[in-house]
Amino acid sequence: MTKAFILIFFCGAVCFAHLPAVCLAGQISSTELINNAREYDGKSVVYVGEAVGDVMVRGDFAWVNINDGENAIGVWLNKELAGEIQFTGSYHAKGDRLEITGVFQRNCIQHGGDMDIHAQSIRKISPGRVVGEELDTSKRNFVFILLVVLCLVFVFVRRRKS
Amino acid sequence: MILKPQLQDIKNIGYYSGRIIIGISLTMLVPMVVGLLFKEINPALDFLIGAEIALLIGLILTRLCFTKKDLNWMQGMIVVSLSWLAAMLVAAIPLYLSRHWGSYLDACFETMSGFATTGLTLAQDLDHLSYAHNLWRHLIMFIGGQGIVVVAVSSFTKGLSGAFKMYVGEARDERVLPNVIHTSRFIWLVSIVYLILSTLVLGTLGIANGMKPVNAFFHGACLFMAAFDTGGFTPQSQNMLYYHSLAFEVITIIIMLLGAMNFNLHYRIWTGDRREIWKNIETRTLCITIALTFLIAVIGLNQVGSYPSALIMFRKGFYQLISGHTGTGYATIYARQFIDEWGNLALVGLICAMALGGGTCSTAGGIKMLRLGIIAESLKQDVKRIILPERAVVEQRLHHLKGIFLEDKQVRAALLITVSYLVLYGIGTLIGMFYGYPFLDSLFESTSAAANVGLSCGITTPSMPEGLKLTYIVQMWAGRLEFMSVFTLIGFFVAAIKGK
Repeated sequence: MTKAFILIFFCGAVCFAHLPAVCLAGQISSTELINNAREYDGKSVVYVGEAVGDVMVRGDFAWVNINDGENAIGVWLNKELAGEIQFTGSYHAKGDRLEITGVFQRNCIQHGGDMDIHAQSIRKISPGRVVGEELDTSKRNFVFILLVVLCLVFVFVRRRKS
Repeated sequence: MILKPQLQDIKNIGYYSGRIIIGISLTMLVPMVVGLLFKEINPALDFLIGAEIALLIGLILTRLCFTKKDLNWMQGMIVVSLSWLAAMLVAAIPLYLSRHWGSYLDACFETMSGFATTGLTLAQDLDHLSYAHNLWRHLIMFIGGQGIVVVAVSSFTKGLSGAFKMYVGEARDERVLPNVIHTSRFIWLVSIVYLILSTLVLGTLGIANGMKPVNAFFHGACLFMAAFDTGGFTPQSQNMLYYHSLAFEVITIIIMLLGAMNFNLHYRIWTGDRREIWKNIETRTLCITIALTFLIAVIGLNQVGSYPSALIMFRKGFYQLISGHTGTGYATIYARQFIDEWGNLALVGLICAMALGGGTCSTAGGIKMLRLGIIAESLKQDVKRIILPERAVVEQRLHHLKGIFLEDKQVRAALLITVSYLVLYGIGTLIGMFYGYPFLDSLFESTSAAANVGLSCGITTPSMPEGLKLTYIVQMWAGRLEFMSVFTLIGFFVAAIKGK
């Protein structure tokens, strides 16, 4: 009984000692990264979000900005890895949802002090898609109603003038 | 005895306000066309609805209040202050319809921030916003920077006298050319020439930095409009961090400084008189205040040790400082980093820079360099008077476009506006603290709103209290118009209630 207790206590202590590392390896939101930048600086993190805007190729590397719904963070990654990104978020598209594993930099020396993540690997969680736009009929109808009212007012104004 | 406003006052105010609203409705056609070009049908409808409502209001006002009489001073000032509020309300319609703003108040906050060239934003999911809506955010900055009324003055106002009164009401008490309409047109000419040049430069740079050509030129145009008009909106949620580019930072610093320059100095440059830049009190004061506030910021940043090298500290510190001093609000760090990483001293340096602002007759907000120069010069002369023998004649002179003998009324006017700004910063800080935000955070955000800067330390979010949103709207409006037309509007309402 005593041995079992010691064993459980020992295992618990080991887990507790390694807890921060386990947490850092887990998925982290942008807000958590920004608000606790000193804590995560230089550590390996897993960050998940949608690729938005342009994939900006710079030599053998590329910048892609990943938005997790709270903020967007710049991810510096290998050009080949960037090539896997097919869709980036915009008005007409939902970007690829990516899981980035990389080193978080609070003030990256390589990139003029920017807060960024240097990706070691990326995994596409869900592919993006083109977002088709459906005509909002209520807006269209409202445009016509306003147009009629506008014409009536215009005619009234012209008559009063003449 | 206070006199009650007459029917003719209301007719004049209504008629000219109506014309300005019609002008706003016509500008909505630009993003509508852009929306159609990019196959954004629903956004195009948003702008059509906005334009129709604005046109309807404008037509009704001009019809009901039709007059051929010119504006007097009081009416001119009220037209300006009311037109800005009306412009905020109608310009917010297409933004609200896009569903990227949580409420109509949020959309109004965005449009006032745009027109007043502040740059604080409550947009949600900005990275998926249509080109049309994004263009509108930047276009209203461009219009507001030149002055909503300047747009109207330069396009369809006939009466010269009334035009000048509205021009002054928009915090532009200096004319570049003798005729106010020619001045307005010159301001537009300068802005459009710079717009074309900067869009080409930034667009080409964007392509070189890996952006798609359409995006690169679109971003180039938007960034110019927001930087030259010392606004601070950007098409993406990360602000300037999106670009990860030193070249973008350098070019936007140049554009921000150009935007903070008095249009009279632009005129001198255009006409070949480059010496005026170095002689002018505004330029000299700006150089001194940039140096001093940057020194404070650097000492503060050094104390905290946030940045790993001096070069990075210079790059980050200088960019935010120039952005704050010119009243632009572009940022290459996240909002929370100001509070978490800059430290109190660096923040105070930045807040001072934001509070001081740029040149008079520019698109910058804040106290302004000429006023600061006048106050400093006056103080210097007063000290001289004490030190020198009583019979010594102390000459109070300064150089602003020409040699000027400083008079007491100029000093008084400069002090009055400076005190008004300080009170406005203070009121916003108190209200921020009332809602539970710490003192320095509240001061930072309040100064940013009232001086039309747009840097945020994280208070301005869609979830912030509605009362604070209203406070910042009023601060942006009063700060941009430099109080006189706002005071006149308040006086008008008091006279309407209490007058005989």
